Amino acid sequence: MTTEVVDMITVVIDGFEVTVPKGTLVIRAAEQLGIQIPRFCDHPLLDPVGACRQCLVDIEINGRAFPKPQASCTIPVETGMIVKTQLTSTVAEKAQRGVMELLLVNHPLDCPVCDKGGECPLQNQAMSTGESSSRFEGVKRVFEKPINISSQVLLDRERCVLCARCTRFSEQIASDPFITLNERGALQQVGIYENKPFESYFSGNTVQICPVGALTGAAYRFRARPFDLVSTPSACEHCASGCDMRTDVRRGKTLRRLAGDDASVNEEWNCDKGRWAFKYVTAVDRLKVPQIRNSAGVLEEASWPEALAVAAAGLKAAKSAVLVGGRATYEDAYGYSKFARVALKTNDIDFRSRVSSDEEREFLAARVVGSSTTYRDIDKADQVLLVGFEPEEESPIVFLRINKQFRKRALKVVSIGSKESIGVEKLKAEFVKVAPGQEASAIAAQSLTNKSVILVGERAAESAGALSAVAALVDSTGAKLAWIPRRAGERGALEAGAIGNLLPGGRPVTDAAARVDIAALWNTDSLPTEAGRSTSQIIDAVNTGQIGGLIVGGVDPLDGDNSHATLAALEKAFVVSLEIAPSAVTQRANVVLPVAAITEKSGSFLNWEGRPRSFDAAVSDSLNRSDLRILSMIAEEMGISLNLGTVTSAIKEIASIGKWDGARVSLNKVNASTQPALNSDQALITSWRRLLDLGTLQQGEENLAGTARRTVAVISPKRAQAMGVVDGDQLKLSTDKGSVTLSALVENIHDDAVWAPRNSRGSQLLVNLGVAHGAVVTVVKA
Amino acid sequence: MAYTDEDFQIMDSIIKRYPRPRSAIMPLLHYVQSKAGFVTNEGIEVIAKILQLEAAEVTAVSTFYTQYKPTPVGEYHVGVCTNTLCAVMGGDAIFDSLKDHLGIGNDEVTADGKVSLEHIECNAACDYAPVVMANWEFYDNQTVESAKELVDSMRSGNPKPPTRGPNKLVTWKEASAVLAGLNDGLAHEGVQAGEPTLLGLKLSKEGK
Amino acid sequence: MTKLAPVLSAHWDEKDSFTLEGYKRHGGYTASAKALAMDPDAVIQLVKDSGLRGRGGAGFPTGMKWGFIPQGDNKDHYLVVNADESEPGTCKDTPLLMANPHVLIEGCIIACHAIRAKHAFIYIRGEVTHVVRRVNQAIADAYAAGILGNGIDVVLHIGAGAYICGEETALLDSLEGFRGQPRLRPPFPAIAGLYARPTVVNNVESIASVPAIVNNGADWYQSMGTEKSKGTTLYSLSGHVVNPGQFEAPLGITLREILDLAGGVRPGHTLKFWTPGGSSTPLFTDAHLDVPLDYEGVAAAGSMLGTKALQIFDETTCVVRAVLRWTEFYKHESCGKCTPCREGTWWLVQILRDLEAGKGTEADLAKLLDLCDNIMGRSFCALGDGATSPITSSIKYFRDEYIAHLTNGACPFDPVASTLFAGAGA
Repeated sequence: MTTEVVDMITVVIDGFEVTVPKGTLVIRAAEQLGIQIPRFCDHPLLDPVGACRQCLVDIEINGRAFPKPQASCTIPVETGMIVKTQLTSTVAEKAQRGVMELLLVNHPLDCPVCDKGGECPLQNQAMSTGESSSRFEGVKRVFEKPINISSQVLLDRERCVLCARCTRFSEQIASDPFITLNERGALQQVGIYENKPFESYFSGNTVQICPVGALTGAAYRFRARPFDLVSTPSACEHCASGCDMRTDVRRGKTLRRLAGDDASVNEEWNCDKGRWAFKYVTAVDRLKVPQIRNSAGVLEEASWPEALAVAAAGLKAAKSAVLVGGRATYEDAYGYSKFARVALKTNDIDFRSRVSSDEEREFLAARVVGSSTTYRDIDKADQVLLVGFEPEEESPIVFLRINKQFRKRALKVVSIGSKESIGVEKLKAEFVKVAPGQEASAIAAQSLTNKSVILVGERAAESAGALSAVAALVDSTGAKLAWIPRRAGERGALEAGAIGNLLPGGRPVTDAAARVDIAALWNTDSLPTEAGRSTSQIIDAVNTGQIGGLIVGGVDPLDGDNSHATLAALEKAFVVSLEIAPSAVTQRANVVLPVAAITEKSGSFLNWEGRPRSFDAAVSDSLNRSDLRILSMIAEEMGISLNLGTVTSAIKEIASIGKWDGARVSLNKVNASTQPALNSDQALITSWRRLLDLGTLQQGEENLAGTARRTVAVISPKRAQAMGVVDGDQLKLSTDKGSVTLSALVENIHDDAVWAPRNSRGSQLLVNLGVAHGAVVTVVKA
Repeated sequence: MAYTDEDFQIMDSIIKRYPRPRSAIMPLLHYVQSKAGFVTNEGIEVIAKILQLEAAEVTAVSTFYTQYKPTPVGEYHVGVCTNTLCAVMGGDAIFDSLKDHLGIGNDEVTADGKVSLEHIECNAACDYAPVVMANWEFYDNQTVESAKELVDSMRSGNPKPPTRGPNKLVTWKEASAVLAGLNDGLAHEGVQAGEPTLLGLKLSKEGK
Repeated sequence: MTKLAPVLSAHWDEKDSFTLEGYKRHGGYTASAKALAMDPDAVIQLVKDSGLRGRGGAGFPTGMKWGFIPQGDNKDHYLVVNADESEPGTCKDTPLLMANPHVLIEGCIIACHAIRAKHAFIYIRGEVTHVVRRVNQAIADAYAAGILGNGIDVVLHIGAGAYICGEETALLDSLEGFRGQPRLRPPFPAIAGLYARPTVVNNVESIASVPAIVNNGADWYQSMGTEKSKGTTLYSLSGHVVNPGQFEAPLGITLREILDLAGGVRPGHTLKFWTPGGSSTPLFTDAHLDVPLDYEGVAAAGSMLGTKALQIFDETTCVVRAVLRWTEFYKHESCGKCTPCREGTWWLVQILRDLEAGKGTEADLAKLLDLCDNIMGRSFCALGDGATSPITSSIKYFRDEYIAHLTNGACPFDPVASTLFAGAGA
């Protein structure tokens, strides 16, 4: 590891010396000493602007004093600098009081009804730096009280102090300049273009960094006072970015979530889904007590002992397998992994409740498990290659990090795909356009270095040969590789061995030494030796009678491309379902066991880097049990001890698994499929899930849903011309399974392809068409 | 109002004046005003599209500068300087009398759409005070009476010519095209300078 | 012996002075030909030696500014001419460009050569349609004649109504297609100006002065003016005088001398107050008639030479009304970026309106001055500072008049008496 050499500079602030890296701004050097200079426009992650003038201090350099006080948020430290803040300079003190008075001239005295009251930087600093009464006797500027600038964000221009944090964030961080400063002088105001709302995936950050109550979120408006909230550090469960979060709860109910501060991951940002999609926990009709299907085939409530007994007996009676969705915590996934091997004595387990492949399973075991590419590698990359991955839609903080480097140093980004996305346009990425399914050859053609980073999305599994080509590219160039799944739990589940070819800690199940390691840890005689089945193989095995029992946790059968077979298997097998709410699985289960939602338990996720993101229960008085605890109880009932009664015990046990330095699973090269021949009315479907869509974790969030991108079907200009279609015409996409009819949008997409969102209102491709990528669909003008 | 191929060609030529396209945003806004008379949403969207900007970014610029009008102005837009010097020397009286005379207030347009009124800031003609501008052409040394006659001539469709400007007052839209940097061929018309401009030169030639 | 020295204005009295033909008749474009044959550094040295200082208000030595441009950096360099003449009272560049746009174009060619720029931009305010025509036509004629386009391009950029764009970094943002709000400095334009490239921003009059310096030499230019303020310049006399107008004279002439030439303050009236260089420069009174109007002389007397916009107000003028109107101007033109200027001008106007109407107490004067103290030197750029100048200087010289408004309960002045047409009607 190389250490970066940083020049250090020593300055004197209010008589105290402090040594900071060159380039440090005076305001932050002061923070090092615990000296708080008041400020509004300053934000450590935004470019300095010096607009609010609240942070004025007196500065001299080598005996030469600036003739007037300087904005400490804009001036980097220099050798020989002596700074006098409000604490030691009457000039600075008066300047700050003067600015504060001016800021309040046009600020309404509506703190009693303002959401920011109690946690407002203006309120706080008016107390520290202002006068108790105002000399202003004139007429205040008035605006229409809050206006919606999106369905999610409200703007009260009277409260705005024009610090431009929000507009700078939107431009500099999100590259979504949908809000701007308009007009000028005292009439200057934040605004949108009247026909285009502030529909940025990152809009919630502006609410969080607004130093007054000018920007508020519709979801939290008038709901609570900050001093009534109990805040818990948490981790975001929505995707694999791994955002540090804060969850604010009042009387057992989550009222809001904020981005936490983790410089190495999400810095101080998050996406709107992470911020504003939390009501699913309470919006849905939660399961409260266990249920057992009675002899009449109807689910009826049961006691825990009854339900556990039926579950244990049923699973024991048949050869059983485990399906655990990609949203389980690391500890829960570990529980499922151990349960499969120890209680069910099988390797038939898979966390991939989505479109997946055997090539992918080998790739994950061979290349991904235990890997450690990080955000920092993006910071240092000479190039980023995106394969089957739309960062803005599928891992928004990864997008922000790439965008940061793009804006800072024009980081080169190459994206291999069939349709150019908004995110790719914002990154000015080189878009390598391929027909859906033909990604492999484009991957092989890339030239990278050992400073390059390849970011592979879970959708790469949908294109035969793509992951083989990625592995080959890594081998030939030395580029760093990261696999970025959409769901928060997948990386943890992989590391936990919740997959048929791996035991915990990346140990191949077919490796005797690996089995010995884990068997010793688990205090069991032996572990199954054969690699287990994948999700689709488990489904097939149920439907052909080879498997009779399933334990299913957090799986949506509609997430895969074989949902008919999955539903049939659930009907056929003895199913134990661990769920928070009624679902397609519970409807078909023999035993339903209610589990704790994410806010009700502690645990961790491993984000795409493999970095632990742990969290405590935000709702402390929940009686709901974690999956892990229930699995232990079922095992107990089966006469087997999992020794995983608590999350803490799981964490301890996981920690004791050593690194695996034995051989890895090898990856057998898979060739790309031949592109199918297409008639003129046929195209190859391609799609991805948008950040904001019909995802189950977004239930009940109408305001958030209002900012989702429009549902469209995208075709190329050439196809549009041949079909006589223009933007806004209706297009019908169909397969033998069904059809969708969508508004057409003519954009940059491969001529052989048609794109539609995978799971948006009016376009649920896996349900409607049964396909999502690379398959032939008929496209006609509706 | 649809933008024609010719419009797009002109806008393209405006963009080509600059090393970077975004610099063309101001002349393009003037051009939009030359087509529509004011900054329309359509104009904002056209500019956003050809400069690959968000419409919000164009709005941010258009609302910053007072010459870009969010609503229609008259065929002849009259500005009365009421900055201190002109105001003291008669600008205030002229502005008040024009409001009465036209029956409109600041930033308003006569019902016939001929004349709109605005009190403006110093227009760099202080040695000709009080100054009235029409479509940003100079009307020097105005009085209450001369200003009324001026707006009357506009309403009758035969506006008086500017003091220092072309032989005939062009319309607001025509003037906006000039401000978009398009050449209307009238540069040679009108005086090269008025008397106050030449005063020092004249005195020096007289040996003073 | 005349006290005037027309150089820029020498041929403005010829009907075709604005044409290429008219300009060439008096040696137009011989200076640029001469300069282009010189080493660029020699041109910079010549301008340094001439002592030419910026005519836009700050008086920074022009040659030194050119010398700040990094050489051999393989970057594009730019010249930007500030023709956004908007400071109240200032009216020199506009008639200059109407009467002789070619001298600016020639100055641009010389300056571009000196600073190794291929591109010059002339940022002209948008409220002067006919001046825009003249400059645009002159550029077109210069291209047609092969004067431009041979390695040096001049582009006319037309503003749209924003005083703040006269501030050089706001001007650059505006030219780049943004809201015209001032930028943080450093970096200074000489290092990262237009499109983040090394850029010189000069006033029209500064650049227009260069051809004559090249043709006549630094010594000739040095021979005019005062010790540290060299050359000639345009003084713009306006207001309550018999003959307002442009007076090109060596730096250091006094208002008394100019008033003599202009026939004095209008008959029957006396000088009350005046601005030496626009509304942002502290007011002077009849006590300052003999202050030499050069950079040092005016500064020593407590104001600034600024744009040499001599606005003359006689005793019929209410100083409170005058100051209120200027303050309304600053409020209207504040860009909104920083708190002191944006909110401060909003507040100042309200206090001054009350004072002019005779409402308030003497304590309001103290509040007004304290407010000015909280704006002056606390704002992002000089606009906020300028907004306080008329207020603080007027209270300094005319405190009694403010008090009179309060004791009178109204403005004691008749506004009609101060109009140009007062004599005719009254």
